[in-house]
Parts: sequence; C-alpha cells; structure tokens
Amino acid sequence: MIQRTKGGLDAVDEGPLSSDAPTGHGRRTTAQPSDHPSVAALIARFENAIVRHRVSAGDQAVVWVEPARSLEILGWLKDDPSQRYDMMSDVTGVDYGKGAVDVVYQMFSTAHKLALRVRCELPYDALSIDSVVQLWRSANWLEREVYDLFGVTFRGHPDLRRIMMPSDYAEGHPLRKDFPLRGRFSRAEQTRRALAQDVERFYRPVDLEHGGVPQEAEAPRLEREAEKS
Amino acid sequence: MAQRTMEVAVGRNPEMGPHGRPVPSPLAPFDLPEPEFGTEQMLINIGPQHPATHGVLRLVCELDGETVLSVMPDIGYLHSSFEKLGEFRTWNQVVPLTDRMDYLAPLIYNCAYVMSVEKLMGIEVTERCKVVRVICMELDRIFSHLLWLGTTAIDVGAFTPFLYAFQQREKVYLLHESLTGARITTSATRVGGMMADLPKGWIEQLTDFLDAFPKTLAEIDRLLTTNQIHIGRTQGIGAISADDAINWGLTGPNLRAAGVPYDVRKDRPYYDYETYDFEVPIGEHGDCYDRYLCRMEEMRQSVRILRQAIARLPGGPINVPDPHISLPSKTDAMSDMESMIHHFKLITEGIPAPDGDCYYAVEGSKGELGMYVVAEEGSTKPVRWRIRPPSFVNLAVIGKLARGHLVSDLIMINASLDIVLGEIDR
Repeated sequence: MIQRTKGGLDAVDEGPLSSDAPTGHGRRTTAQPSDHPSVAALIARFENAIVRHRVSAGDQAVVWVEPARSLEILGWLKDDPSQRYDMMSDVTGVDYGKGAVDVVYQMFSTAHKLALRVRCELPYDALSIDSVVQLWRSANWLEREVYDLFGVTFRGHPDLRRIMMPSDYAEGHPLRKDFPLRGRFSRAEQTRRALAQDVERFYRPVDLEHGGVPQEAEAPRLEREAEKS
Repeated sequence: MAQRTMEVAVGRNPEMGPHGRPVPSPLAPFDLPEPEFGTEQMLINIGPQHPATHGVLRLVCELDGETVLSVMPDIGYLHSSFEKLGEFRTWNQVVPLTDRMDYLAPLIYNCAYVMSVEKLMGIEVTERCKVVRVICMELDRIFSHLLWLGTTAIDVGAFTPFLYAFQQREKVYLLHESLTGARITTSATRVGGMMADLPKGWIEQLTDFLDAFPKTLAEIDRLLTTNQIHIGRTQGIGAISADDAINWGLTGPNLRAAGVPYDVRKDRPYYDYETYDFEVPIGEHGDCYDRYLCRMEEMRQSVRILRQAIARLPGGPINVPDPHISLPSKTDAMSDMESMIHHFKLITEGIPAPDGDCYYAVEGSKGELGMYVVAEEGSTKPVRWRIRPPSFVNLAVIGKLARGHLVSDLIMINASLDIVLGEIDR
C-alpha cells in the first residue's frame, strides 16, 4: 500500500485506493449452469428448435431459437399457463458484423416474476421473421424500430414503416455494422438532399398510413384526403 | 405488495362529489347518437412545434368535429442516434450520452447504464455507492414527476401548481449542480462508482429540500386533487384496462394506475430496494386521474426512501477499489508509477468486458428503464448498447387511449403519459 504521506493534497483527494489493492476485487467469475425453469421447459417441448442457450451476465437466461418457429415458440411462452410471459419489454436487434443480425426479445412474466431473453439469429441474406404484434401490442413500435435501424422485415406486421429516420431516407439501416458513423453519403450529398427536400410533404397526410394502432378499414378516407391535396 | 388503492374522498359518482357538492359528469357521452350535420372528417397536425405535445412530437389527428377518431403519432424529430454513437465510445464515455436522453431525470439514466455494464462485467459496487445511487435515483424521480405535475397542470388550465413545482425543481437543480457541476447534463456515474463522492454539506442541503418539499406537495395536492375542474378533465379520460396495459407494454405509473402492481423496485429488486420501507401506489381505473394520483403518491414515497437512505448512508470508498476499473486519485496518478500506468491504460484502452449480453432494468420515473449492453470477449466498447425506452413504449398507446375523446382530452392524455421526446427519439 502506498503510504498516504504525500502531503496535504491527499487529505482532500479521496480517490480510490492505490494500485496495489488486490486486482479483480468485486468481480464475479462464476458461470453456473442455467436453472431457469423456462429454459428446461423449452428444450423439453421444442427440442430441435432451440438452437442453444447460455447464462449471461451471471444469472440471465438467454435462449437462441430457430427463426422459422419463433412465432410458435413465443406464442407458447406467452400463453402456456406454466410460462405466461405476458409482458414483451423490448424487441431489438444486435449486429456483430459477422453476417447475421440477432433479433432479441426481452420478456417478463408478471405472474411468475421471471425474465427471459429469446434471440433469433437471422443471416444477412434472409432478414425476415414473423411479427409478434398479434401477441403483444407493445411489439408494434419496437419492431418498426428494428426494421428501421437494422432492416429486418417482420412478416405480418400491420404497419411496417420507418419510425426514427424520415420515410424517404435513402442511406440504409443505420445500426448495421457496415453503416459508417457519418452516414453513407458524403456531407455535400447529405446537404444537397436535405435542401432538395420538399419540406411541406411531411405535413401532408399523403404518406401517413396509420401509425401506432393497427386498425381496420381506415385507409380509404386517407386516400381521399391525398387526392384532394 | 401493499395494495394502496386511491382512497381519496372524491366521488366517482357523477351526482355527488366530496363534501356533498355535485360534480359534473366528466365524460362527454360520446356514444350518444349525434344529430347528422353532414360533417366530414378532418386531418389536423398537432405539433411538432407545439407546447402541448411536451417536446418535438407530431400528432396527426383525424377528427370528426371535435371528436378524435384516430391519432397517428409521428416521432423521430429528435433522433440523434445515441445507440450508434455508443458503439464508438468506451464504456465510460457512453455515460454523457445517457443523460442527454432524458434530461428530466438524468441521474436515473446515468445510474441505469452503469448498473447494466457493471452487471455484465460482474462488478459489485461498494455499499456507499449503492446508497448514493439510490439517493440519486429517488431524487430524480421527484425531479421528473415535478416537471410532469407542473406542465400537466398547465395543460388543464391550472397555472399555480406549475410555479410551485418549478420552485421545488430549482432546488433539485442546485443539488445536481453541487453534486456534479451541471444542472441537467449530470454524467454523474462511472463504471464501478461515481464521478465524485458527495460534496460537503450536500446531505444537509438534501435534508432541507426534503423538509420543505412535502409542504409544497401538500399545497399542490390541495389545489388539484379535489378540484372539480381538474377531476372533470381527468376522471374517465384515457382509461385502459389492466390486461390491455400489460399487453401494450405500459410500465411505471401508467401501468400501476391501471391496477397492475408491477414495480421493478419490488419485483426485480436491485440495490437493496427490498430492505427499504415504501409502498407502491396502485390505481383502479387506469385513467388520467389515477395516473395523477399514482405520481403524487410516488413522490411522497420517494421522500420516505430518501430519508431512509440518508439514515443508512455508510462511509467508506465510493469507487470499487480495483485499479483496473476505477481511476486512481489524481495525486496518485501524478506521483506513483503504477497508478499512472493504470490511469493511462484506463483512459486509452478502457475496461475490458467479458463475452455476453446483459439486460438490466430499473424503475425509472417514466417506467421500466432497461439498458441492454452486448459485449464480445475483451471489448472495451459496447458491441451494442440499447435503451429500452419507457416513454417510447408508453407513447405507442396514445392512439388507443384517445379514440373517441375530444381534442382537449387528447392533450390531457398526452400529458398524463409523461413522455420525454429526447428518450423516445434517442
């Protein structure tokens, strides 16, 4: 231990202990096997569709499932009385830059107070997966965001449009690893496009279908509006 | 969990209110057959630059007269791509991005982010740091709810609560400033601890605030809770059932107002929240009024938590005593060779993370605030950093809530959801 005899400053400067403190203090290094009940139940029921599973960050269960059967598996997780993951907290994507985008579902069961993370690995050439909006309405905007930022198409989504980026954004999907931080176009081109935009267009209902709520038979009225303007 | 139903003595019976005064029926009976005037539907924009949308939010409303047929929220005006920026910064450099998302409760976002990273790396912070972060988070819950209270009261025409609330907010601003040097962009946390320990006299300043604040809150409560105009504008407006609320992913006071007792602090406790004595207010009707009551009660409960946290605040170091995680003191870095090396390595390389991903949720002021960080073996920057934005998910339901109500009710519903656009657009 470095002796704190370096003068008055030390009394003021209450930083962390000096460098010969034991390294790795406070770090957990265990990796226990998954004891999450849903993981065992998933493997028992969907054997082949469960690609792999692991415990991440100490105690969080992660399950990779076959994308082709994701809707079936997620529906079972939501409705089966032993699981009841009734809250879809988050849907997002992860791109490691290695040829695949993972779609990640964070689920929580308010009945059993259990959280589960389900991931589906989609290769770049087949970025498409079944939408879960029919199961959880909360997935509506979350899936739109994944579509917007990663380019994953959600089959059966009622309203799959860009949500963060403008509807005429032409540079692709920004959160993909192959997307440069400053955009695909040069600064000059970005400026040119911004200036060439018809700003008024954003304030007309032309390209606004229904956002937010999946609705029935509301479109014709909007088209009428579009023709007038 | 303590089921604390809203037992405020106000009549929900439209005929008789508190103290025997009649309360006018709050609901315009929009399901009555209306005489045919040959009206046509109208599309109007509310926002994006409109004070009632509480930010750069654009609501495209389809109206029949004054009745809302549908609402199409249009967001993205504030999109700054924080998640992409985070992938180009080391773990600690991401912290300043987090408080720019929700500038109404920056400390909660600071804490939630580093808690997730620490969970991923398996770092256990010191006891003092835990309590300090609890203080920070509860303080900012009050901070955020006060802004909501003031602006919502203005939206329904009550100006005085706004002034009262902002007077109290100013005191929290001063607390922020003496703790972090900034009023809004606090950036107070670091992986493994805090930017700095509590300054001298801070706890006394906080105690002064806690002594004065409940009185102001009681005054606002007297102005609004049994105010007939306020009741008429909020009761029965924008109601949602418990099942719908869960299915739409609502969290925080919006969910609890619908009668679902889900609070991250109780159901997935972190930082010893299970040892604090506090109650979670639960509503019954899921309407704007219950959301109002829930938030009012949450502020009182936050005061309780803060008092307990101050009482138990332990001494000791605030940062993890591991030179591979926490920066050495400036004195050591300048005078001790090894400390200087650690300082250099931490600044230039950052903290290596293990392989894996981590989703860590805290109870933010707006709802469940989740931080999802993904790392590969040894990466000193996040491979992916994702915020589970509570306001974003809460706002998606506005179309459902507002359908059939009047335009003025839409403003109230939007206000009652307590959104912040910086975090929705990120």
